Amino acid sequence: MRLITHNMLKCHVKNCTDPDKQFPLRFKDVQLEQIEADRNDEFLVRMLPRIDWAALLKTAKELNIELPDKVPESPADDGEFLSTLHTVILETHVKDGSMVCDGCGHEYKITNGIPNMLLAEHEI
Amino acid sequence: MSRPEHIAPPELFYGETEAKKYTGNSRIAAIQAEMTLRAVELLNLEEDGPYYLLDIGCGSGLSGEILDEDGHIWAGMDIAPSMLDIAAEKDVEGDLFLQDIGQGMGFRPGTFDGAISVSVLQWLCNADKAENKPRYRLQQFFSTLFMSLQRGARAVFQFYPENDSQVDMIMGIAMKCGFTGGLVVDYPNSKKARKFYLCLFAGQTAPGQKQELPRGLDSIDQRNDSVAYTDARIQNQRRGKKTRKPVKDTASWILHKKELSRKRGKEGIPLDSKYTGRKRKPRF
Ligand SMILES: C[S@@+](CC[C@H](N)C(=O)[O-])C[C@H]1O[C@@H](n2cnc3c(N)ncnc32)[C@H](O)[C@@H]1O
Ligand SMILES: [Zn+2]
Repeated sequence: MRLITHNMLKCHVKNCTDPDKQFPLRFKDVQLEQIEADRNDEFLVRMLPRIDWAALLKTAKELNIELPDKVPESPADDGEFLSTLHTVILETHVKDGSMVCDGCGHEYKITNGIPNMLLAEHEI
Repeated sequence: MSRPEHIAPPELFYGETEAKKYTGNSRIAAIQAEMTLRAVELLNLEEDGPYYLLDIGCGSGLSGEILDEDGHIWAGMDIAPSMLDIAAEKDVEGDLFLQDIGQGMGFRPGTFDGAISVSVLQWLCNADKAENKPRYRLQQFFSTLFMSLQRGARAVFQFYPENDSQVDMIMGIAMKCGFTGGLVVDYPNSKKARKFYLCLFAGQTAPGQKQELPRGLDSIDQRNDSVAYTDARIQNQRRGKKTRKPVKDTASWILHKKELSRKRGKEGIPLDSKYTGRKRKPRF
């Protein structure tokens, strides 16, 4: 799972609805892998408004990944920023570990890059 | 003819053996590719992609590979671990999730530019476990899907409806969850080539702009070798009886094939290891 998708993901346990806690899911004991991907600046710029920067920053900190505190004024013209963004959200994959919800405590295990999002009967 | 979804729950039906058989069957792969291309076409995306898409019931990645060819960024979810393992092994580009779509999904509002689903939705109508209530599950699914899409985005489902009342149930629930749209039927006059695409709109692209339901393809296609996946299974057992002609000749398919063979011919890239040349490194 790439970090772009993690940034879109909240806990989906039924009664877990506190917006400040169900997102972003906190990584635990994760192993990362960098996999090269083609960079497309238009895509990055188009996705920027959908990215929750504060959440991405928080996640990046947890993972010891460097990221500017703020999105620059005109990101489309900022090659260095786009390059960093690309590396972080589209080339950084989480291979193993888990994601924990601070709202309800549910732990989503990640195996072979695939998070297990299945819920128990009492969580749906 | 028994329908796969009547035999066992999906995660058991698509166990290791079936997942391998399914993915390795070039006839199935061709049919899934063709339907995926049509589903993407029905998404009505603007030219200047790539887009961020969701593949619902992505399985072993036969549909996702088509999204990869088009350069889209995607996430996929499936309930069958054996299918996902194959997708991961094949190095598809998409982010994979082990997920039961009947439990809904937790993507933030407006995450995706569109969603496709190829040969999956009929599974959700099945009460394969005592605790599975199809109506409730469809409601969970469509309401959370609606949220996860950009306003005006589409979700296109190729599926094998069992009967009219199943279609009515699905449509009714989707509409209740905010979708508009309807059923697009390709080749309605050919029993074998006929394909059903539920084409849903998550609101309007712009205020006051009504989305038009696309027209189904006509039955000018005389070939009737494009059989449904459910009978493909049966066909397989009688292999050799019929040789399969190339899949349908829509412009997009030909283009796609040309591009594929060009890519493969030129760079000599083997079919399933397109990305093995990429640099990978663990990160600490
Ligand atoms: C015929 S396969 C299609 C896979 C892929 N879309 C393709 O075109 O090859 C149907 C898939 O639907 C998945 N499926 C069925 N019910 C599901 C559910 N409730 N949640 C997630 N996936 C499901 C199955 O596990 C299986 O992989
Ligand atoms: Zn939670």
